[in-house]
Amino acid sequence: MKLYDYVLSGNCYKIRLLVRFLEIECEIVAVDFYPGREHKSAAFLGINPLGQIPVLEDDGLVIRDAQAILLYLANKYDGHGRWWPSGDPRLVGEVTMWLVFADRITATSSAARMHDVLGYDLDVGAARAGARSVFRVLEDHLTDREFGGHEWIAGPAPTIADIACFPYTALAHDGGIDLSPWPAIRRWLRRFTNLPGFFTMPGIDHIRR
Amino acid sequence: MALDEFTRSHWYAIGRLEDVPDGGSRSTRLLGHDVVAERRAEALSIRLKADGAPLKAQERYGHVWTTLHDDPRPLYDIPEFEEKGRRLVTAGCVSVRCSGLRAVENFLDLAHFPFVHAGILGVEEQATVEQYEVEPDRNEDELWATSCKFYQPRAAATAESGQVTHYKYRVPHPFSTILYKTCPIRDDAWDLIGLFIQPVEEDLSDVHSFVLVFDEDNSDTDLLHFQQTIFLQDRFILENQVPRLLPLVPGSETPTRADASSIAYRRWLRKKGLTYGALPAIRAA
Repeated sequence: MKLYDYVLSGNCYKIRLLVRFLEIECEIVAVDFYPGREHKSAAFLGINPLGQIPVLEDDGLVIRDAQAILLYLANKYDGHGRWWPSGDPRLVGEVTMWLVFADRITATSSAARMHDVLGYDLDVGAARAGARSVFRVLEDHLTDREFGGHEWIAGPAPTIADIACFPYTALAHDGGIDLSPWPAIRRWLRRFTNLPGFFTMPGIDHIRR
Repeated sequence: MALDEFTRSHWYAIGRLEDVPDGGSRSTRLLGHDVVAERRAEALSIRLKADGAPLKAQERYGHVWTTLHDDPRPLYDIPEFEEKGRRLVTAGCVSVRCSGLRAVENFLDLAHFPFVHAGILGVEEQATVEQYEVEPDRNEDELWATSCKFYQPRAAATAESGQVTHYKYRVPHPFSTILYKTCPIRDDAWDLIGLFIQPVEEDLSDVHSFVLVFDEDNSDTDLLHFQQTIFLQDRFILENQVPRLLPLVPGSETPTRADASSIAYRRWLRKKGLTYGALPAIRAA
């Protein structure tokens, strides 16, 4: 198994997290995303015509899109069905809903970060405003979950929905977005960083309790 | 704060050579001024955006350099760039919301390794900084910190196990710094890692960095990922430093012996009359 990876990508990081949580082996292929834009090179477009990372190769299968890769890995390698609780239709619906939601976090919070850290030319005000409205939805959800006695986005234990939403939420400050208005989000981030096997990436506060 | 003569008299990197390809241009900002670099028929030109006034330009160390000064001091020499067998990886520009002086000072600091770069450049169990020497060169144009050493679990992309790494630090420019560290595969050589900082505003910096090493095992992209990992760990700390400008008032922050290079750096900046990006030693009444 091979992961086309960039160290500063939250979407690649979420794949590396699940690989660690599942204790599986995966070869890392370093991609010069910045400054070299290797993901837009002809050679890489042959691997992913969308010109995006991460991409996973396994047994001749090539999968792109971080959430799709999470689903594939959890289905194939999580014998306990812990990270993808496929036997429970209700949970399948909830986890999938939040997997899709993760792309909204990427489209806003990650965009603001690309502007602030790597100088990407985009409307950072719109990206930050979008991120705040996305985080408000996540905050309300996590607050409701806590009232119900739950610690994770869906179900009784962390799932790939938590992994999918974690990186670009935890990296929000890189894009100039202050998480202090969202206490339930901050408690959830802290719980996540204390999961067994958790490791950090640059820009994520990893002080553990 | 007005732009002081010392800051204004220097050359600044404003992008990699690849960022200004033939027929292309790069718009950026230096010391509060919008500047445009472009290349036509192989010729590099740089101008102020506001009035089109041409600026001096040169290409060195993998980067494009300019200056706001009509008669700048010469760009410092880095003789290692001429040595055969070294590999240069330029890591691109990373923006940080802090004074460039803060970024230089952090770069000089050994004490943060075990905490900010845990498991790579240091371990918490071996956090002691042994005494080292810091002094300006003869003309006081540069600052050198020498005989630094530190235990590191993974000192470089080539390192497979821990080692005591020897360091030298050089500050040849108020907004540039280079470290020389033990090369894991050659006893007689140092590996270089450096920052060329482009002060965008007093409290906003575009940091260009490079790696110039002997390495036979890693791809350029592996070296790039290693360097970017380390620098983004630093960025997180730099963005949390308060104030964003570097205080030059003696006693405004409390140093320890491990901070000898920081003390010497701040003293050198004071002596040179630098005010840009600093909280000044003497405030105007």
